[in-house]
Amino acid sequence: MDRRNFLRAIALTGAAITTIKDADAMSLLTQSFETTQAASKYDLVAVMGGEPEAMFRKAIAEMGGMKAFISKGDKVCVKPNIGWDQPVEMAANTNPKLVAEIIRQCFDAGASEVTVFDHTCDDWRKSYSNSGIEEAAKKAGAKVVPAHQESYYKAVSIPKGKSLKSAKIHQAIVDSDKWINVPILKNHGGAQLTISMKNYMGIVWDRGFFHANDLQQCIADVCTYAKRPVLNVVDAYRLMKTSGPRGKSLSDVVLSKGLFLSQDIIAADTAAANFFNQAREMPLEKVSHISKGQELGVGTMNLENLNIKRLRI
Amino acid sequence: MLKKIRVILSLLLFSLITLYFLDFREFLPESFSFLAKIQFIPALLAFNVLILVSLLLLTLLFGRVYCSSICPMGVYQDMVAWLSKRFTRKKKYTYSKAKSILRWSILAATVVAFIFGFAFLVGLLDPYGAYGRMITHLLRPAYLAGNNLLETIFTSFNNYAFYKVSIYSLSIFSSATALITLGLVGYLAWRNGRTYCNTICPVGTTLGFLSKYSLCKIQFVDDKCNMCGLCTMKCKASCIDSKNKQIDHSRCITCFNCIESCHRDAMKYQFVSPLKKRIVQTAAVHKYLPDEKMGRSEISEITENSFTMTKQVDESKRRFLSASLVTGLAAGNLIAQEVTNGLLQKKELKRQVPIAPPGAVSFDHLREKCISCHLCVSKCPSHVIKPAFLEYGPGGIMQPKLYFDRGFCNYDCIICGDVCPTGAIQPLTKEEKNHTQMGQVQFIIENCIVYYDETSCGACSEHCPTQAVRMVPYKGVLTIPETDTSICVGCGGCEYVCPAIPFKAIYVEGLAIQNTVEIKKEKVEDVVIDDFGF
Repeated sequence: MDRRNFLRAIALTGAAITTIKDADAMSLLTQSFETTQAASKYDLVAVMGGEPEAMFRKAIAEMGGMKAFISKGDKVCVKPNIGWDQPVEMAANTNPKLVAEIIRQCFDAGASEVTVFDHTCDDWRKSYSNSGIEEAAKKAGAKVVPAHQESYYKAVSIPKGKSLKSAKIHQAIVDSDKWINVPILKNHGGAQLTISMKNYMGIVWDRGFFHANDLQQCIADVCTYAKRPVLNVVDAYRLMKTSGPRGKSLSDVVLSKGLFLSQDIIAADTAAANFFNQAREMPLEKVSHISKGQELGVGTMNLENLNIKRLRI
Repeated sequence: MLKKIRVILSLLLFSLITLYFLDFREFLPESFSFLAKIQFIPALLAFNVLILVSLLLLTLLFGRVYCSSICPMGVYQDMVAWLSKRFTRKKKYTYSKAKSILRWSILAATVVAFIFGFAFLVGLLDPYGAYGRMITHLLRPAYLAGNNLLETIFTSFNNYAFYKVSIYSLSIFSSATALITLGLVGYLAWRNGRTYCNTICPVGTTLGFLSKYSLCKIQFVDDKCNMCGLCTMKCKASCIDSKNKQIDHSRCITCFNCIESCHRDAMKYQFVSPLKKRIVQTAAVHKYLPDEKMGRSEISEITENSFTMTKQVDESKRRFLSASLVTGLAAGNLIAQEVTNGLLQKKELKRQVPIAPPGAVSFDHLREKCISCHLCVSKCPSHVIKPAFLEYGPGGIMQPKLYFDRGFCNYDCIICGDVCPTGAIQPLTKEEKNHTQMGQVQFIIENCIVYYDETSCGACSEHCPTQAVRMVPYKGVLTIPETDTSICVGCGGCEYVCPAIPFKAIYVEGLAIQNTVEIKKEKVEDVVIDDFGF
């Protein structure tokens, strides 16, 4: 670090201390404002048949471009699923190409900083590197930050939660202006499916609490956390149909070439679950955190009432 | 000149092996584990003929170069001795007679104990192993604390070059042993230089014996020497008898301090024909030599005696330790029972058999080969290896065992076997590791959240790399774990993550002999999705 950066850091720290309260209020205000402004023609865009980055480019263009969601100077957090020490072919982690494309578009839209993290299940060093996400994200200009220690998390309250009333959420999300949720579509032994809602478990510290206190309800509860993702991008380029979420062999994986994009997390997961149902029977009742989320007012499962754009490449 | 070479070489090897132990970020490539593999006892236990022959030849050619430069414990002592000189300027070493009986007794006791399957003594006394424990249990926590301090500073400037690590005590017994070793060896070094090497260290005794016959030795140049005694004062092995112009080469660790100190150039490191004995003129020395010889012939008898003595001492200590452990366990049990009785009908998890690291083959193999250097403990990226106490029996104290309080054994990780210098943990390929069973999963349904809360969980199955724990339909939409021990590798993912409290519902029971599991290859079905599905 040179002297200039040092001085800048000092100045910023000082500025932050004096304006911290206002900034918090402001970010909430601007976020809801921009979210309404961003409302495009479509509530959900579904794409099939292309490479991960191509599908995302198409989808985001239909949604009005990244600029509709990210403003100049925003500190953005991109949250993929990096849970496992598995290579990309195993579909245990979000596709690194997709993650990199999202980061690039954030910067193009004027983001001042993009951070990437996940609270991994396997050893975090191995998961970050063997998933390919660390390298791809760094190349795209993002900061890949650790999440393996409790001290990286900040306590927040979840007033709307039924079982989960408070949680410790990673500072990269808490301190960000916007965050983008980038899960991968997988089978899950406990929750049945892991998509956008279940991806929230990678932003919290104490996952054990979720499992011990009605997992499905806690997943729905955490999605009521005030700072919602501005976008949910479901990576279904490959999906893990069995033995999820870790997977044991390539026989668990289907090359499905899909992608779903929505601001409504419930709608995104409902659409992705229906897509999954074609690879392996998975009725929505089984994935009960989705309906529990709808009950809490997080979004809607009623796809018929939504304006959906379907695209093929 | 010779001293300079020695100092540079020692410091280089010493810092590298120390750094290799400390380097938790794997900056140093795995090939650096050769620094541990070239140590004498590890090479002996691993039957590494190439290294063993090289070390023996090195000693037969040049003397105890191993002790002066390669052995990290030796260099540690030199550093302490050097420091002590800074503090007491007038520090002088004096010549002392060889403690041959003590030396050989300890060596014999170690060998006999080892033959009878009690490898703990080798592990305790081997200088490399003891040094490894000092680093792992004493220096490493400080190193990690330093890392965390830097992390705090750098992260506050939004720089993520460092990341936080947890610091914790792995084993009180091993930490205490390391501390006592550090203190005792350090104290001896502070007082008298290389006392440990020349009285206690079994490697020192062995190589000392060989170095008597080495080709290059330090010699007095009779016509130049005025018997000023400077060399004796500088000899940290206390092996130069300048009055009689005698050097006990079995104790000389070829540090070359004497040569450096001599103002008259009266000491030379030179080739000595092994056939020719130096003719000594002084009568006093004549007397001294047979003395020494006699001492050695008596050794066998004394060895027997002192061995039984050591054994007795150990036995009582062992009895004390096991008694206190049992008492502790019983007390713990009592408390646990009092708390749980009447409150919950959940079953307590109690591992009967410890879990040895993957590639340890069997408890017997581990006990026989491991010297508890704890390199595997330091290097395990998942923090699942820690020193055992009495789980493997008294012979296996401080040897590595798996525990799943802070993580679980990564399915594809093979680092412990790769770095193990003695072959106690055999190197495995990734493929072999994936099929090595070190323990078997046990499911206690009474403790399971799905059973008593009737809510979804599945954390155990989530982490299972072979799906030895898989979720099967239970009531309604619920699924509950089902286990298949035949494909379980015993990684402990399920045990680590199980959120059931106070007792986990799933755990791994160790195996005295590790198995190979067969995992069926599944056919890749061709599933084509050509619609959105909604």
